[in-house]
Amino acid sequence: MAEAGTAVETHGAHGAHDHGHHEQSFLSKYIFSTDHKIIGLQYMFTGIVMALIGGYMSYAFRMQLAFPGESVPGYGVVSQGEYNSLVTNHGTIMIFWVAMPVLIAAFGNFLIPLMIGADDMVFPRINRLSYQIFLISAIILIASFFVPGGGFGGAWTAYPPLSANAEYNLTPLGSTLWLVAVALEFVAFLLGGINFITTLMNSRAPGMKMHDIPMVLWMIVIASVLFMASVGPLIAGAVMLFMDQVVGTGYFDPNRGGDPILWQHLFWFFGHPEVYVVLLPAMGIVADIITTFSRKKLFNYKLILYTAFATGIISFFVWAHHQFVAGIDPRMANVFTITTLIISIPIAEMLFLYIATLYGGRIRLATPMLWALSFIAEFLIGGITGIFLGASGSDIYFHDTYFVLAHFHYTFFPIAIIGFFAGITYWFPKMFGRMLNERLGKIHFWGTIISFNFIFIPLFVLGTAGQHRRIYNFQNFPDLAGLQDLRVLATTALLVMLAFQAVFLFNFVVSMFKGKPAGKNPWQSNTLEWTADSPPPHGNWPEGLPNCYRGPYEYSVPGREEDYWPQDVPPDTAPAE
Amino acid sequence: MLQGIYDFIKGIFEPFGEYLIASNVPVASSFADDIDALIALITVFVGFWAILAYAAFFFLIFRFRDRGDGSRAQYVTGEEKNLKRWITYPHAAIIVCDLVIVFMAIMVWYNIKQRLPEADSTVRIISQQWAWNFVHPGPDNELDTDDDITTFNELHVEVGKTYHYELLSKDVLHDFSVPVFRLKQDAIPGRVMKGWFEPTQAGEWDIQCAEMCGIGHGIMGARIVVETPEEHAAWMSQGNTGKLASR
Repeated sequence: MAEAGTAVETHGAHGAHDHGHHEQSFLSKYIFSTDHKIIGLQYMFTGIVMALIGGYMSYAFRMQLAFPGESVPGYGVVSQGEYNSLVTNHGTIMIFWVAMPVLIAAFGNFLIPLMIGADDMVFPRINRLSYQIFLISAIILIASFFVPGGGFGGAWTAYPPLSANAEYNLTPLGSTLWLVAVALEFVAFLLGGINFITTLMNSRAPGMKMHDIPMVLWMIVIASVLFMASVGPLIAGAVMLFMDQVVGTGYFDPNRGGDPILWQHLFWFFGHPEVYVVLLPAMGIVADIITTFSRKKLFNYKLILYTAFATGIISFFVWAHHQFVAGIDPRMANVFTITTLIISIPIAEMLFLYIATLYGGRIRLATPMLWALSFIAEFLIGGITGIFLGASGSDIYFHDTYFVLAHFHYTFFPIAIIGFFAGITYWFPKMFGRMLNERLGKIHFWGTIISFNFIFIPLFVLGTAGQHRRIYNFQNFPDLAGLQDLRVLATTALLVMLAFQAVFLFNFVVSMFKGKPAGKNPWQSNTLEWTADSPPPHGNWPEGLPNCYRGPYEYSVPGREEDYWPQDVPPDTAPAE
Repeated sequence: MLQGIYDFIKGIFEPFGEYLIASNVPVASSFADDIDALIALITVFVGFWAILAYAAFFFLIFRFRDRGDGSRAQYVTGEEKNLKRWITYPHAAIIVCDLVIVFMAIMVWYNIKQRLPEADSTVRIISQQWAWNFVHPGPDNELDTDDDITTFNELHVEVGKTYHYELLSKDVLHDFSVPVFRLKQDAIPGRVMKGWFEPTQAGEWDIQCAEMCGIGHGIMGARIVVETPEEHAAWMSQGNTGKLASR
């Protein structure tokens, strides 16, 4: 708490960080740093590495689906058990070790102090601890693949009794390590969430009112609140599941008075808000980008904020739409159909507001803007296909088919991957002081977006044909065996998409060292992070922290020569006649 | 009255339903066309909104692209009344669409899952890692009697009869899914899940396990054989010997 107290008091006079201005060793600067920017980058690079691992897993199991039984180059033959482990951990990694660290932790850590004009987070050491726990959780998850029995293969939802009993899942160590890794990851994000919320509420630049906060920060903080409010039941559930696995208690074992459905309620009470935990930061990133690149104020800032609040609150009342056919009282399905359809209203409204923001703009299709716009276009498909699943009657057919799979990839891919690329192409100049190559960026964009649609549109079709998820070889099902062409098409598109990521990695690494110097504000944006040096030094604004005089989206204000009006420019000196 | 409204709306969307799920998967149970009509309705509704949103989206990107002529963007807060209605009218229209979808979804759901019509016969489905056991009532049409016919990975039912099912699991969660029936239900150890179906078309189709149930989940398939009354009688007369399926 001592650290916290100092950091809060030092807004404006940065006492806590004076020690940071002398030369630091590599270890203390990059590995054991308490600097929010370094921690943000640590989260980001860990997230990228995990994304590569998750992508490699998808490569292995998609190859198995397209060419069943054949040896996959770079992997080998995928056995049934390995197939289950791969799909389970692909899902777990992409949600908990890619979407969350990259969208919330990386961008949250990097952006929150910079965008509110603070020199660091309120709790820098808790922040460092958060990353260290996160890193350990990632290592444990990877390690679970190399223990006797192999990695956990009971799906990322880990429904007991399968997940609770090694006699059923045959991965005695893998399933426990998986559970411990997930629980530790939650601890990391609880610590991070406390930090984000406290920092945003307490360390804003003088003059920055609630409605002057950039939308991306609001979204990250709402997401942190949702996470903290929803994760408790799941941690309780995880402890019970751990006890079932290790001690042999029977919380979820019907033979010993337990109930397997209980886990599903605990899991999805967390699991559905979790969707919005990762969605909202991506929506925030997109909001900041579309305003900058259409030179427009956000269309009704307050209404967007309220739709985000509404979505967050309603997301706590929809969880059982994952369980319509799971054996819950059938009358409950009616209630949850209604709540689920209600949540479509604020989300649809939010997307309309984003589209309306384009009205009257001067749209520049730079790479970050292409990503942001493609987020809206692709997420729209994810959103509307959710209606089929939220409506209990049609979910009877679609539940656990590839339609569900394609639906949530049309939400999670825009969130985790497009949202990340939008954010990284936009803030890369601030992070590393250099510009990404625009031509390579566009090649990467079109290659990724087009191949993405060619992966998942065939999977929608397979879903409507009644193909279920998590089945390692559809040749075992006579009615489905004939649809192999679609599976090969999806796998081919995946290979193309993975190949295009090499373009990004190349662009990323080369531009980091050899890119065109960016200057402070390459996009002519308004928010405070663009007033710091690129990359910002330790303490962010060594010459003194900025003040805030207006909202974040004052673009194209009539009567001003410049079409942007940074938040830190005082009104009296502002007109540049 | 509710049923009347339901039938009216279903009638509108039913023909369209033939081009969606039914184009790949036969309609083989009495409630399959209800689900298909609901899916058609949702497709039309969300399709309408998607086309509208995409049209606005791409139009705005094209219309307001930066032409490089130095012209400025408009300063619009989005709180102006004449602009806000572009949000509030669609908002109201979406609520109406949602109400219709909720009504139709609940009616379909009630029919399939919440009510249990009189049965002509009852079958017991026992799932385990990683196979299906089907207990047919046999000639006396009573379960738990000597003439029950137990089969492995092959369920025999008669077209046009209403069946109750009792779904059990010996170990973990499984899910009894018959795509041609549009039927799906989790099996839970320690419980007996009850439900119903009425086959309307003779044929032989897949049963899939739709809940991850361990290493062998990917092979946990079975076949459902819907027979005409004569075929079914002939099958039943063979008694309980040699009923183990080929697979």
